[in-house]
Amino acid sequence: MIENPNKKRLRRSMMFLNAQKPSLIKDPYIYKIDSLMLDLEDAVAVTAKDTARFSLYHALKTIDYRGSERVVRINGLDTDLWEEDIRVCVAGGADVIRIPKTEDASMVRAVEEKIVAAEEEFNREPGSTLIMSALESCKGVMNAYEVCTSSDRMIGVALSGGDYTKDLQTRITGTGVELMGARQQMIIAARAAGVQCFDTVWTNLDDMEGFRKEVQMIHDMGFDGKSCINPRQIDIVHDIYTPTQKEIIFSEKVIKEIDDKKAKGIGVFTVDGKMIDIAFYDGAKRNIMLAKAAGVYKGDL
Amino acid sequence: MINAVGRDIPEEILKATGKEVFQGTHHFDGFEYQTASHKVKCVINSNGTKLVDSIHDVLVKCGIKDGMTLSFHHHFRNGDKVLNMVMEEVHNMGIKNITICASSLGSQNDPIVYMLDDGTITEIQSSGVRGQIGKAISEGRLQGLAIMRSHGARSRAIESGETHIDIAFIGAPTADEYGNLNANGGKADCGVLSYSAADAMYADRVVAITDTLVPFPNLPAQITQTYVDYVVKVDEIGDPTKIATGAAKPTTDQRKLLMAKYCTDFVVATPYFKEGFSYQTGVGGASIASTKFLAEIMREKNIHMSFGVGGIAKPMCDLLEEGLIKTLVDTQDFDQDAIKSVATNPNHHYITASEYADPFNKGAYVNKLDFVILAALEVDTHFNCNVVVGSDGVITGAQGGHPDTAAGAKCTIVIAPIMQGRIPTICTDCTTVTTPGEDVDVVVTDYGIAINPKRTDLIEATKDKGLPLKTIEELRDIAYSITGEPEKVQFGDRVVGIIEGRDGTIMDVVRQIKKFEFNN
Repeated sequence: MIENPNKKRLRRSMMFLNAQKPSLIKDPYIYKIDSLMLDLEDAVAVTAKDTARFSLYHALKTIDYRGSERVVRINGLDTDLWEEDIRVCVAGGADVIRIPKTEDASMVRAVEEKIVAAEEEFNREPGSTLIMSALESCKGVMNAYEVCTSSDRMIGVALSGGDYTKDLQTRITGTGVELMGARQQMIIAARAAGVQCFDTVWTNLDDMEGFRKEVQMIHDMGFDGKSCINPRQIDIVHDIYTPTQKEIIFSEKVIKEIDDKKAKGIGVFTVDGKMIDIAFYDGAKRNIMLAKAAGVYKGDL
Repeated sequence: MINAVGRDIPEEILKATGKEVFQGTHHFDGFEYQTASHKVKCVINSNGTKLVDSIHDVLVKCGIKDGMTLSFHHHFRNGDKVLNMVMEEVHNMGIKNITICASSLGSQNDPIVYMLDDGTITEIQSSGVRGQIGKAISEGRLQGLAIMRSHGARSRAIESGETHIDIAFIGAPTADEYGNLNANGGKADCGVLSYSAADAMYADRVVAITDTLVPFPNLPAQITQTYVDYVVKVDEIGDPTKIATGAAKPTTDQRKLLMAKYCTDFVVATPYFKEGFSYQTGVGGASIASTKFLAEIMREKNIHMSFGVGGIAKPMCDLLEEGLIKTLVDTQDFDQDAIKSVATNPNHHYITASEYADPFNKGAYVNKLDFVILAALEVDTHFNCNVVVGSDGVITGAQGGHPDTAAGAKCTIVIAPIMQGRIPTICTDCTTVTTPGEDVDVVVTDYGIAINPKRTDLIEATKDKGLPLKTIEELRDIAYSITGEPEKVQFGDRVVGIIEGRDGTIMDVVRQIKKFEFNN
């Protein structure tokens, strides 16, 4: 199995969409969302699970999502639905399967086993289906590193704030204090494992200022992106994840200088008076990628 | 004969109507003609009142007879009671072969649809027809032809004498006994009486119908006593809740907001967006949202609008109050705020439909427009628009000021999603052409913006501004890739209506609908 080239793609925004509703899943890519999270789990009534799978399968097969990644949230491993969900996702060619309520590595491996079987069954390329995990409990958060390192297909972990705060015996306060430990734990675990980390949703659509502050905070903490519930949140997220012109120019110089100096055998040097070495390379590359995604990079890298 | 938008107009229709085919928007520029005249029954006596007891009596006094043309305005929109009330009486009197010349017809007129079947009404001239009457016309139930013409074209038809009105009925929110009419201060305020101005000036008989008689003189009057023959007081001329709704709530529909943002970004990128620009917009969600987005940029850049025109709603009135708009000129009011504004704000002016949009006067307001923001049921790859006939072939909309403002404005922008439901809006050829592509400069969709290739200046001005520019063919291809290419609507042979160009030529014909038959 070769590493999936999309494993580390840009995922600033990941928007939940009820897979059962054609009006929602027919063309959400017009809002330029990085990842679409087509939901078979909580958004879909128990009696409508099969309808949702049917609609999802046909959406995956027939709609050109124009660059937006297609993640599918399957039903929990404590239900009798998830195995069939996986077959539908793989048969339809979903990019990523999101496992809800992940508590440990064994759950990821159980899902992976079914994916491997489905890829074979439906003649999909082995490894083409990626995995991400939602951490929704204290146990899941405690086991973040174990989950992050559980599979080669793992792209990262996402915090599910609602369930997590219930388990914590508190609630979403709007200040973020109740999520502080989980966020810190998860981003450290994800980075240690070399995978991505996504923040929970912000549900109060009337408080866009609060949303903006929260996105700024998780951006500064190092998160790769934010889960969203409405297209009107997308521009704010992308705006915050867009590097400033100053950052772009600096990153461009760093990349060009490192490439140039490496050829000349120089390891450490200065750019605009700052000491630079190879450790800056990935960050600078990432800034250019973010700038390109936002359409603000005009250079030649 | 093929016209300038490529539509084949049957010879028998040209013969029957005496009309020419459409030859281009500016074909008649500079054309000289003699205006119509009308009969005046002069009033020299000083008996002092024009009040008549009932609609029946006024019809008798006006000499109602078979074959007459009666005119009406639609300022009361869905709340109008005047047209149905008058026509019920005409019907009861056994009169046949009436031509209705209305500024528009809608579902409020559903109750009189049976008059098409029994021959009371045999011809209809209107901006368009929504509701049951539209369906009945498409089913071939009107004996004569329906003429669908824009607000400007209606004024032209009346002033040029092409349409001669025998009796004009003007629903008036307030009237005095001598026929001074106003649109504010009654029970069914509608703000302005713009559509009735030409009727008052060119009809043989003019009847005001009011539910609020006020002491003489009712000043300021939008239509004055020198034009009005009779005044009839009735219980109710309109349902105020349906005339003007409360101000529309700002849309939260993200698709409309996305299109509004694209539209605003485009407007701002053009050279016309500068101090003193002029602007007209509609009342759809995307139009209102784009007005709001534009206002933010006007504040930021300290740019003011010299005048706003057309159908007016709260967002434009708010900008007038704020001082971002210097003047509003008004031909129709869509909400209570607009009605109040035209009555109270000295910079908010009533104008007639002729002043607004008539191509055959000495220059209408639309000629001075920089931008107009419009909608459409269909836009084709030639930039032709259809705002009257649904994709099912049934008459379902109205031209309003669409072709007038499109022709007048320097930058005509049509906002439309590339598909509505499973029907592509952007298509190869419109079902029916109502506004010619030569007058449509830009199409803003949820998938990107297409500029009419003949507007090389706009293409040049807006490139490299980060706008999602596409060709109209690309937008059409995206739409078809999702919906499939729709089969053409199947029509019968009989022509039931014509789409008149602003200048009185024939833009397109509407044929009777036919039940769809599968080919295989």
